[in-house]
Amino acid sequence: MVLTERERFFLVDQNKLARFEFLVMPHRKAAYNLARWLTRNDHDAEDVVQEAFMRAFRFFDGFHGGDSKAWLLTIVRNSCHTWMQQNRKLALEENIGDYESTAPSPEAVVIENVDREALRRAIEELPAEFREAIVLRELEGLSYKEIGAVTGVPVGTVMSRLARARGRLARALGERKAGGLA
Amino acid sequence: MTCEDARGLLTAYVDEELDVAHSLEVEKHLETCEACARIVESQEKVRSAIQASGLSYEPPASLDARIESTIRRSAKPAGRPPMSWPWLAAAAAILLALVLLGRLPMSRVPASDTLIAQEVLDSHLRSMMPGHLTDVESSDQHTVKPWFDGKIDFAPSVVDFAADGFPLAGGRKDSISGRTVAALVYRRNKHLINVYIWPSSAPNSAPTSAALQGYNLLHWTQGGFAWWMSSDLNAEELAQLGTHLRESASK
Repeated sequence: MVLTERERFFLVDQNKLARFEFLVMPHRKAAYNLARWLTRNDHDAEDVVQEAFMRAFRFFDGFHGGDSKAWLLTIVRNSCHTWMQQNRKLALEENIGDYESTAPSPEAVVIENVDREALRRAIEELPAEFREAIVLRELEGLSYKEIGAVTGVPVGTVMSRLARARGRLARALGERKAGGLA
Repeated sequence: MTCEDARGLLTAYVDEELDVAHSLEVEKHLETCEACARIVESQEKVRSAIQASGLSYEPPASLDARIESTIRRSAKPAGRPPMSWPWLAAAAAILLALVLLGRLPMSRVPASDTLIAQEVLDSHLRSMMPGHLTDVESSDQHTVKPWFDGKIDFAPSVVDFAADGFPLAGGRKDSISGRTVAALVYRRNKHLINVYIWPSSAPNSAPTSAALQGYNLLHWTQGGFAWWMSSDLNAEELAQLGTHLRESASK
C-alpha cells in the first residue's frame, strides 16, 4: 500500500516547509527592502516579493547550505530585474559603463548633515545597478563577495559600483545643499 | 604606495574589505595625500549617512500572509488535485474493508520508519548523482561480497538475480540514520534499484511498501537484518526483486 497524498504532504513537504521557515522566512524584511528600493513603489515590491518567495520555495531543494540571506536576495533581485524588464523600466535607465576607471573622482564632495528625505531621493535616482549595490551594502550589510554573488558581477565591479554610487550621492547631496544656500 | 595604487583600494578600505597589510599601506598613504584622504572622507560620510538614516523599508503587515499562502499553495503535492473530504472518507472505508477482508497483504510503513524511509530515499537520490552509485562495480556476486569485508562489520548476503531479470550492478558503503549500511545496486531494464542492508535486532517482519516523492520503497526485517529497497521502478516489479531477495536470504 502506498501513502496517501495527505500523508506524503505531512511526511515530505512538511519537513521542507519547516526547513524553509527556519532558514529563509527570517529574511523577508531584507527581501522586501531590496524589492522596494528596486521597484520604487510599495505595491510592486509586494508582488515581486511574493513571486520571489514562490520561486525560492520551488528552488529550495537545490539550496545546499551556505548563506540563506544572500541566496534569497539573489532570487529577489532577479525577480526585480525581470519585473523591471517587463515594465520597461530598465530600458530607460542609463548605461552605467562598468568598464570605466574604478577610481573614485578626485573632486570628492564631502557632505555634512544630510537631510533624510534628500538622501532617499538621491538613492532612488541612482541607476538600478548602483542602487542595489548601495542597498545590499549599507542597509543589508552584505560583504563584497555576497553582493557579487547576488548581482552576478565580480568583486572588483562591486567595489567600483559602490565607489561611483557614493560619489554620485555625495555630489547630488552637495549640489542640493549648495542650491539651497544660493 | 603611489596615489594611483591607492585610488583603486580606497573604497575597499572604507568598507573594511582590505587585508591588514593593504589596509596599513593605504593608511600610511592617507597621512601624506590630501586628495585621497578627501575621497575617503567623502565615501565615509555617504556611507555613515545611509547607515544612520533608517531608510530601510518595513514590509506591510499584509506581506506575511501573502507569502504564507503562496508557500502553502506550492507546498501541496503537484499532480493530482487534492481529494475532497467525502472522497477521502469513501477511500478510507474501502481501504478498511479490504484490510479486514485480508485482501491487502502489505501493511503500511509504521510511523517510526517514516524518518528512515526519507533517509533511504535521500540516499537513493544521492546515489543517482554521477559517480556516487557504486564503490565496487561488478555483476559478479563473488567480487561484490568480499569487497565489503573489512569495510563494514557484518557480511550482507549478495546474490545476482540476472536470470530473473534483475542483474547485480555493484555495491557501495553508505550511511542511513548514522549507521553504516551495505548498499547493493540492481538493474531492471533502465531502472536502478538500491538495496540497503544493516543489522537489526527487530523480529522478522513482512514487507511493507511506501511511495515517497514518486519513488517506491519496500522494507522488511529478516534474519537479523533490516532491508530497504528504493527505486523509480514500479511497485510490482520492485516487490518481485524483494521476493527473490527474501527467498535467497532464507536459504
